Amino acid sequence: MIKFQEGSETIAETIRLCRPKVIAAYPITPQTHIVESLARSNTKDFEYILAESEMSAASIVLGASATGVRTYTATSSQGLLLMTEVLFDIAGLRLPVVMTCANRAVSAPINIWNDEQDIMTIRDAGWIILFAESNQQAADLHIQAYKIAEKISLPVAVCVDGFALTHTFEAVELRDQKMIDKFLPKYQPKKESFLDPENPVTLGGLCTPATYMPIRKNMHQDLLTSKKIIKETFLKFNNLFSVKKIFGDCKISDGLIEYSGPNNPELVFIASGSVLGTIKSTYDYNLRQKNKIGVLNIKSLRPFPDKEIINFISKIKPKNIAVIDRSISLGQTGILFSEIKTACYGKAGVKIKNFIMGLGGKNITPKDIQNIVINFKSKSEFQFVL
Amino acid sequence: MQYKNTHLLSPGHRGCAGCGQLLAARHVVDALGKNTIVACATGCLEVTTTPYPESAWRVPWIHSLFENAPAVATGILSALKAKGVANFSSRQLERRLKSATPPVNTNVAVFAGDGSTFDIGFGALSGLWTRRDNILYVCFDNEAYMNTGNQYSGATPYGSATETSSANDSLGNDFFKKNMPKIAAAHNVSYIATSTIGYPEDIVAKVKKSLTFCGPRYIQILVGCVPGWGYNPELTIELGRLAHQSGHYPVLEIENGKLSKVMKVPAKRPQVEEYLKPQKRFSHLFKTDCGKEKIKQMQCLADQNVERYGLV
Ligand SMILES: Cc1ncc(C[n+]2csc(CCOP(=O)(O)OP(=O)(O)O)c2C)c(N)n1
Ligand SMILES: [Mg+2]
Repeated sequence: MIKFQEGSETIAETIRLCRPKVIAAYPITPQTHIVESLARSNTKDFEYILAESEMSAASIVLGASATGVRTYTATSSQGLLLMTEVLFDIAGLRLPVVMTCANRAVSAPINIWNDEQDIMTIRDAGWIILFAESNQQAADLHIQAYKIAEKISLPVAVCVDGFALTHTFEAVELRDQKMIDKFLPKYQPKKESFLDPENPVTLGGLCTPATYMPIRKNMHQDLLTSKKIIKETFLKFNNLFSVKKIFGDCKISDGLIEYSGPNNPELVFIASGSVLGTIKSTYDYNLRQKNKIGVLNIKSLRPFPDKEIINFISKIKPKNIAVIDRSISLGQTGILFSEIKTACYGKAGVKIKNFIMGLGGKNITPKDIQNIVINFKSKSEFQFVL
Repeated sequence: MQYKNTHLLSPGHRGCAGCGQLLAARHVVDALGKNTIVACATGCLEVTTTPYPESAWRVPWIHSLFENAPAVATGILSALKAKGVANFSSRQLERRLKSATPPVNTNVAVFAGDGSTFDIGFGALSGLWTRRDNILYVCFDNEAYMNTGNQYSGATPYGSATETSSANDSLGNDFFKKNMPKIAAAHNVSYIATSTIGYPEDIVAKVKKSLTFCGPRYIQILVGCVPGWGYNPELTIELGRLAHQSGHYPVLEIENGKLSKVMKVPAKRPQVEEYLKPQKRFSHLFKTDCGKEKIKQMQCLADQNVERYGLV
């Protein structure tokens, strides 16, 4: 069914279709419309728990997930940072929680508008972190998120840019309940992996130096393994729901990365989230061919598809790369930029420059994008686009 | 003869000899029974009982963080409700009891130290109480952050020396202990009780009684900490009794908002001094005139308790 509606409503409806059993959240702009819609739900399918803080909202879904049911929460910015300690714990306890992060700038100065500083700051927590480019992708990613999370026992955050996606009306195909049920059967955790008086287990015990490190190593390896699961899930989803490629010049789209543009491009933009829409509308199919511009979408921040990126770059052989970051590791560079540089280390032959854009909701215009293309040579390696 | 352990908190844990908290926890969990899920806060109880991959617990048990155990418990309860297996709010329970298949009632309990309860986890606890979740919260009150080496908490009594309310250049703690039972009562917590490790039967009775109440329940148990308080391990029970008998730590019950029962103190009530004397954390008070003045104030507080709660 095609519906024209706000991004938040699309996400809320999709979550209902995924049949979580426990939802807990605490309001923060721009996440509010999602949780308001869920709280209003006229359903007995799930418990909606009113938390007194994000710390508790995250802890409630932690407790519920540890008791073996499907859970959901959503937050933004300060809320995400208040959850930080719990986010690490959810991942460490290997709980398949799914969370929406409606991306927003972080204080101070206080600012409610969109950038991606919040999620970037918790990237080391052990969560799988996926970015939506559009509301349709946001919907589909949430369904896939549950599948991935439950398969590898790791939490998944689905990032949607605040306002740019959450508050924007878009026509979306709402997925069919029966098909979702088929794709995402009832969550059945393994015996002795959850809290159950029939099979008492201890979760969250104290690890000494002898036992801590192997467990962390294991988590890291499973995050790397999740690349394969993300790809498989993406394929399976697209087959089942007959999702078609939108762009004729799409050369790769596998759940981790997506590229639209020619071979041997003059310049490739690398970015995540809704800014990709701005780039692709500034340089549409024809302009991309004409100007030899490519757009590489990093859909998965964690696990980071370093090998996939370098393999692909080696294949299409761009001359220049512009990494757009809507967050910054203050005192260093854009975060995506350092990741890309690390991935490309020793496999150079390509100029990589970093553009910090859109912090605190600063509009990113087609002109800004054109300026990067036209003046790339004279740009320094790192700059704020103010 | 072979020893067969039937306790739900088994021996072999790493608690100190004479630990009041471990002893109390064993009585509490045994009283709760097998069909119980425990959310435990960070602290001595967690650290000493779950050295991975070992565990002293025979009930499903989870530790998450220092300040979020109440919310974790709410999550557990909600999941059980969603699964249709347990622990309903009073109205739901009534409805369920009338239906053909009664629910399996799994108890959900929080075990937390005083630091977790009085200080860092207080917001989460207030949230739990306000939601009126059907959860038993047990605070093991050893009156300081013991797991980190005996620092001040909101439960540290007036005059007591901790590593951060030092006895060297001051007279110990200048603040008064937070009155948590009263704060619980202000939240309309259905059943509130205090006890001390001096009275294990009282602890068991109160845990069992709490299970007959719906909604949030709060039990606070004074438990001696041998290294933190600085006393001989064989005195754990004795000190628990003296704390109550002197009027220093009132043992009471508040049911549905009303003070319903108190444990009476003996007619010949021991002085607070008797309770303080064997403990190193109060020893500085006996050395100076100012300290002796402080002991007098503590006696006054105990006398006030006796009067306020009708302990005689
Ligand atoms: C957020 C956070 N701050 C501080 C700590 C360090 N810490 C761990 S246990 C503890 C004290 C626990 O005190 P209490 O709750 O009274 O339990 P006890 O160990 O005394 O039984 C502290 C301060 C922590 N684990 N997490
Ligand atoms: Mg303590």
